[in-house]
Amino acid sequence: MADGIVVRDLNAWFGSAHVLHGISVTIAPKAVTAVIGPSGCGKSTFIRCLNRMHEVVPGARVAGSVRVEGTDVYAPGVDPVQVRRKIGMVFQKPNPFPTMSVFDNVVAGLRLGGVRERSVLDEAAERALRQAALWDEVKDQLGKSGVSLSGGQQQRVCIARALAVEPEVLLMDEPCSALDPIATAKIEELILELRSTLTIVIVTHNMQQAARVSESTGFFLMGELIEFGVTRGLFTNPRDKRTEDYITGRFG
Amino acid sequence: MKPRTRRVLNVVMSWLSALAAVLVVLPLLLIFGFLLWQGASAVNVDFFTHLPKPVGEVGGGMANAIVGTLILLALAAALGLPIGILGGLYLADSRDARLPWVARFLADVLNGVPSIVVGIFAYTVVVLPMRRFSALAGAFALAVIMLPIVVRTSEELVRLVPASLREAALALGIPQWKVLLRVVLPTARAGIITGVMVAIARVAGETAPLLFTAFGNRFWHQTLDQPIAALPLQIFAYAIAPYDDWHRQAWAGALVLIGLVFTVSLAARVVTSGRFTGVR
Repeated sequence: MADGIVVRDLNAWFGSAHVLHGISVTIAPKAVTAVIGPSGCGKSTFIRCLNRMHEVVPGARVAGSVRVEGTDVYAPGVDPVQVRRKIGMVFQKPNPFPTMSVFDNVVAGLRLGGVRERSVLDEAAERALRQAALWDEVKDQLGKSGVSLSGGQQQRVCIARALAVEPEVLLMDEPCSALDPIATAKIEELILELRSTLTIVIVTHNMQQAARVSESTGFFLMGELIEFGVTRGLFTNPRDKRTEDYITGRFG
Repeated sequence: MKPRTRRVLNVVMSWLSALAAVLVVLPLLLIFGFLLWQGASAVNVDFFTHLPKPVGEVGGGMANAIVGTLILLALAAALGLPIGILGGLYLADSRDARLPWVARFLADVLNGVPSIVVGIFAYTVVVLPMRRFSALAGAFALAVIMLPIVVRTSEELVRLVPASLREAALALGIPQWKVLLRVVLPTARAGIITGVMVAIARVAGETAPLLFTAFGNRFWHQTLDQPIAALPLQIFAYAIAPYDDWHRQAWAGALVLIGLVFTVSLAARVVTSGRFTGVR
């Protein structure tokens, strides 16, 4: 434990397009790390490499090593299903399962993972929904369709769904980009509460958001990790000219 | 364009498309009306409860044919649906470059094969080895006809399920096969059921492939490896016979057949319209 995520010489491709170039970085455990950069710079691809979701896209390929809490997730014989179980993921657009109720959505990972006892599921659902700061809002409508909630609530259902399987790491891919400022504030509050128990990596387009929630920040540009460091330092005193240009709004 | 012209054009086009919609359902209404007019008088309790009377006697019913058609449809569905739906799932989800393409092409060709040819095929591979006409052979022929419809509609519907749902499930650490069976298929369910109903309705009225497979039977069938009666066969036999009473019963049979398909479709819709539906 307490290793965090150690990435060494990570390269990724979509077909023949080389989208990540030799990324090496160490992400601290039980902390929030933000990944920023302009569209198409590879930040989403980067976090999708951490839980082996990159390879789900046809033609996608990865090389290099990623160690999460001491386990090399790309070692031969490692089952991507087991990797993903330990590393939760929240996506850009809320994507609750439309055929399931709120409750069924939250416990989907457990139930489809073979957990049957009702008491275990009940407990896990309540715990995850409380963690996602959604329990008080939905405790009386657990049987309602997951897609009948508001966008912000749907996104928190998705966060609860990821938390219910008790992952060690939570990856968030622009989790607030489809939400209004109030829902965004709730999710950010949530991130700050969760960081004591989880390693969180969040991709964001919003630099204020990165500044508000993260301890460390990495700046990606055209598939390369340009700069990585303590968030305050990176924003107030960037070492690289390109980072400075980006955070001062000169491009991107 | 002037606002006035635009408004007039809007009204005209709205009416034209409404008229087109009416024209689409008109043939069905006409057929149904004509069947009611011709056949309703012969539909009575006897028709549903009695066997056909011997030649020359008036009355009797098609009870055996109604039950026979239901049995044939159930058997054909049991054979064709699992294969068709799983096949569609494979076609929609496979990353293989060649096999899905070939399978898709062949399914489309099979869809265009005349049903009598499917009957000959079933005759060759089921009737000849068994040395008798049977319900099984009839159901086999109907299943072959259902297969391409079910495969292609399932594939299309599974494709409509957003990739984001699949990714959400995979990212939870759910194995691929469970993602497909427990998340993707249920999301596509409502649409797949529509496709299945279309396939069942299509084969419910098939006559040609049953001629030399199920063969027909004027009595109750004993076992599934015996010839079995079916409504389309009975309608065919009665319609070409020279007796007025049989003609009336043929019309009644056609009416009951349409009613049957209608009821089965409706029932499937009601039973399977779960609380939450995905893509349609």
